[in-house]
Amino acid sequence: MGPVALLTVVVLAVFVGFEVVSKVTSKLHTPLMSGANAIHGIILVGAIIVAGQASDPWVLGIALLAVVLATVNLVGGFVVTDRMLEMFSGHKRTRKPVRTGAAKAGGSAAGGTAGDGHSGKGAPGGAAGEAR
Amino acid sequence: MSLLSPEWTALLYLAAAVCFILALKGLSSPKTARRGNAIGAAGALVAVVTVFFSARLENIPLILAAIAVGSAIAVPVARRVQMTQMPQLVALFNGVGGGAAALVAVLELSHSEDPWVRLAVVFTMLVGAVSFAGSAVTVGKLQEVISTRPLLFPGMPWVMGAVLLGAVISGVLVVLTGSVGWSLALLVLGLAAGLLLVLPVGGADVPIVISLLNAFTGLAVAASGVVLGNVLLLVAGTLVGASGTILTKVMASAMGRGVTGILFGAFKGGSTAGSTAVSDRPVRSSSPEDVAVQLGYAQRVVIVPGYGLAVAQGQHTVAELATALAARGVDVVFAIHPVAGRMPGHMNVLLAEANVPYESLRELAEVNPEFATTDIVLVVGANDVVNPAAKSSPGSPIYGMPILEVVQAQQVVFLKRSMRPGFAGIENELLHDPKTTLLFGDAKDSLARVLGAVKAL
Repeated sequence: MGPVALLTVVVLAVFVGFEVVSKVTSKLHTPLMSGANAIHGIILVGAIIVAGQASDPWVLGIALLAVVLATVNLVGGFVVTDRMLEMFSGHKRTRKPVRTGAAKAGGSAAGGTAGDGHSGKGAPGGAAGEAR
Repeated sequence: MSLLSPEWTALLYLAAAVCFILALKGLSSPKTARRGNAIGAAGALVAVVTVFFSARLENIPLILAAIAVGSAIAVPVARRVQMTQMPQLVALFNGVGGGAAALVAVLELSHSEDPWVRLAVVFTMLVGAVSFAGSAVTVGKLQEVISTRPLLFPGMPWVMGAVLLGAVISGVLVVLTGSVGWSLALLVLGLAAGLLLVLPVGGADVPIVISLLNAFTGLAVAASGVVLGNVLLLVAGTLVGASGTILTKVMASAMGRGVTGILFGAFKGGSTAGSTAVSDRPVRSSSPEDVAVQLGYAQRVVIVPGYGLAVAQGQHTVAELATALAARGVDVVFAIHPVAGRMPGHMNVLLAEANVPYESLRELAEVNPEFATTDIVLVVGANDVVNPAAKSSPGSPIYGMPILEVVQAQQVVFLKRSMRPGFAGIENELLHDPKTTLLFGDAKDSLARVLGAVKAL
């Protein structure tokens, strides 16, 4: 692609980037930052290309390091964003909502449910498989 | 293995780029956010599969092994991280992405003859290195391994100037000669610039810096797209760079700060230094039973949750307290400051985790006019976001930040661990106000005792 075509793509992408996030609610700032963070993990594609063309062992070693780092960014970013957003869509939860639990449970029981909530959350999470 | 034609490769990359745009779009609204993220992940999958079939690549088993290693590191960490530590994790993921971009650029230098492409190599290396080192410092500050106060040493602006000058010189030499040696010098100077950029930033402003470095990494990835002649990297990186810039501006204005003020404010002198000294001025302390009586017989209660609540893992207990009060006919809402927690929007994530109903969350602009008719404000582990200094003392580092005006309520109860100042390191006059009482202790513990006392009323 020629320089002018590249510039065209960049300018249009800048405007799209400005436009899509301009009206986001402050409630979603953390997941949005995390999701945008995951997207730049696509540098993985660049790292794979460089590693795939490497013949010198040093170059290959550094390129593979870049592949590992980029994968952490890409896969980790999508998984953690999904985990956050899962909490926002609270209705699919297995744990009882606080509203009903509070009528029966005392103060000490609240600590127990908090702990269970953490360990129970790992099970679903399709994004991990998809990104791989 | 038959390869995809360049046309098919380009079309699949286009599909991935559209997925990323839809992902960002989806993430902007609560209803579509989760689907948006899944679309983004699907786009990434399409792109990664495409690259394996787009050109004849060597070392494929090693590359797949490296991807497996990266996933094996990332998935357990992403699944298990405490929601309170989310900002650190986002910063960490951002840093490694920047580092990966810088490494890709270093390795591509030997294949780059065109000076424009070499310029893109220089840009990617420098910005990627700044992002990597800067993110490492933000992680350290958020974990409080590094002091959250602005770190400065005499002559720091001069050192920064020298580093930037050195970076420009080595950058020009790399463009002219393509020398690998100078590119390594550039990398080191980029790392130094990242450290020097973030060390002087005060704790309260760190989340904004994470967002800014996120945009930086996006730009580095975009430049790497020029280096590799890969349009997808160019589009995806530019999208993140642009949206990250807007997000940074929005967040900075929610804190009443300019981005340059955040980065360079500490250089202007003492004001952002703050204090970690424990104040010895008198305050009125209270007991859980007294607080329970105040809350239980009130008409209207506003709860202001802050980072201290999250640290104590008290979000579930506070949700229960709200339910118990509502059962007594008390009107209870949560007032969420845009930067409550340690990252904009962080508190919403934490309360969503505790199943607090969406309808009882109030944003700053909604809730501020209602404080005058509120009987009691219960401030749980928050400090800076209710500090009247943001309105009244122009010398304060948080001056200009919009605050929750709890000072207008009839009574204010603070649940605090100690008299230590908040994350920004500034004293809060409101603690010494005659209408304020304090209940000292771990937030979750205090809440449980107040909850028990409310139920016994």
